[in-house]
Amino acid sequence: MPVNIHDHPPDLPATASASFEGVVLPHLDAAYNLARWLARDDADAQDVVQEALLRAFRYYASFHGSDARTWLLAIVRNTFYSLRMKTLPDSAREAFDDDVHVPADDQPTPEARALLALDVDSLQRALEKLPHALRETIVLRELQECSYKEIASITGQKIGTVMSRLARARERLRLELTSHSTEARRHDVP
Amino acid sequence: MMCHDARLLLHAYLDDELDAAQSLAITRHVQECAACAASYAEFAKLSKAMAQPALYRRAPDALRKAWTPTASAPTAAATKLRRPPVALAMAAGFVAALLLTAPAWFYVSQRQDAGTNTEISDVVSSHIRSMQPEHLMDVVSTDQHTVKPWFDGKLDFAPRVKDLVSEGFPLIGGRLDALEGHSVAALIYKRRLHIINLYQWPASSGSAAEEATQWHGYNVICWTADRVHYVAVSDVSESELHQFVLAFQDDASTSVAR
Repeated sequence: MPVNIHDHPPDLPATASASFEGVVLPHLDAAYNLARWLARDDADAQDVVQEALLRAFRYYASFHGSDARTWLLAIVRNTFYSLRMKTLPDSAREAFDDDVHVPADDQPTPEARALLALDVDSLQRALEKLPHALRETIVLRELQECSYKEIASITGQKIGTVMSRLARARERLRLELTSHSTEARRHDVP
Repeated sequence: MMCHDARLLLHAYLDDELDAAQSLAITRHVQECAACAASYAEFAKLSKAMAQPALYRRAPDALRKAWTPTASAPTAAATKLRRPPVALAMAAGFVAALLLTAPAWFYVSQRQDAGTNTEISDVVSSHIRSMQPEHLMDVVSTDQHTVKPWFDGKLDFAPRVKDLVSEGFPLIGGRLDALEGHSVAALIYKRRLHIINLYQWPASSGSAAEEATQWHGYNVICWTADRVHYVAVSDVSESELHQFVLAFQDDASTSVAR
C-alpha cells in the first residue's frame, strides 16, 4: 500500500478523495438536516444522505470548487426526490402548483396573535405539515441560513418563486401555530 | 406601497434580501400600516423561533463514523440500513473511498506526532474555505497601503503587509479569519492561477525556524519572526512557496508598509 502522498499523480488536485473529505464532509450536518426535514424520518434521512454522499463522491471530479454546501444540498435534495419517486405509487405523489397555493387572505385576529405557539414541538408539527416544496424552502432559509440565491440554485427555482414560497410557507406556519381553535383548519392540505 | 405588495416583500425584507429602495419602501409602509407592522413582528418572531437549535437535526454519529476514514465501524453502520441495494452500494462506495483515501490517512496518522498537526489542518481547512466564492477577500486591493489600514481596529496587532509583485507574487487582498480561537490577518497573494494565503498572528515566542509541511496536497510553511507567527498555505509547489516565504521575509527587496 502506498504510504506517501507524494506518490499521487501531480495533476490530480490534491487527490480527489482527500479533498472530498475536507470539502464535502464538513457539510454532513447540513446535508442530514435537509434530508431529515424532507423525509420526516430518521432512517429514511440516513438512507438519503448515504446515497447523496455516494453520488457526491462519484461526481466529485466534476465539482469545480464553487460553494460545496450548496452543491451537496442540491444533491441531497435530488436524491431525496429520486428515492421517493421509486418508493411511492404515482397517485401518492404530491404535485406542487405554485398558483394553487395562494397565500391565505385572512389575517389572524389580535387575540389569536397572542396565542402563536413557538415551542419546538409545535414548530416541528407545523413544519412537517407543509408540502415539500414549501418545507424545503423554509428549512433552507431558516435552518440552513441560505440566501435566496443559494435556495434558488439548490431547488432549481427562480428567485421570485423562492420569495413567494417563503412567504407562503410562513403564512401557513403562522396559521398552523395560531391556536387551533381558530379557523386555521380550513387551510390544511387534504 | 399597497398592503398586497408588502405582504410578499415583507419576507424578503425580513431576510435582508431587498435592495435599498425596496427596503426603504417597506420601512415606510410598516410605519404607516399597523396590520403589516403586526404581521412583520409576528414573522420576525417566527423566524427567530425557527433558529432554536433543537430544530436543527445533526447527523447521527453512525453516519458520521461511516464517512470518517479513521473509523473501522462502517460495515456495522451499513448493515443497520434498511434498503439492501443502498446499503450494498454504500458499502462498496465506502470501500472504494477507503482504498482511495488510505494513503492520505496513513500519511496523516504518521504525522500525528508532529504536534502542530491540528494547527496545520486548521490552516489548510481555512485555506480551502477561503477558495469558496465570496470568501476569499474582505478587502480587494493590490495596494499594500490600502490593505494594511483596512486591518486597523479589526485586530489587536498590526499585520505586516507587503506587495511582492516584483517577485511574481502580487498581493490581491486581505481578509479577517479565525484560527484556533485567535483572530488572524490573512493576506492573499497570487502565483499565476494559484492562490497563496498568508496568515499571521502574535506569537508567544520570539522566533522560530521555518517548517514546511504537506497536508492533503497543500504545502504549508510556518515560521515565527519578531513575535509574529506566520503560516503560508497554497497548492503551489513547495519550492515556489519557499521562494514566496523568502521574498516576504526579505526586508531589503520591497518596501514594507508600516
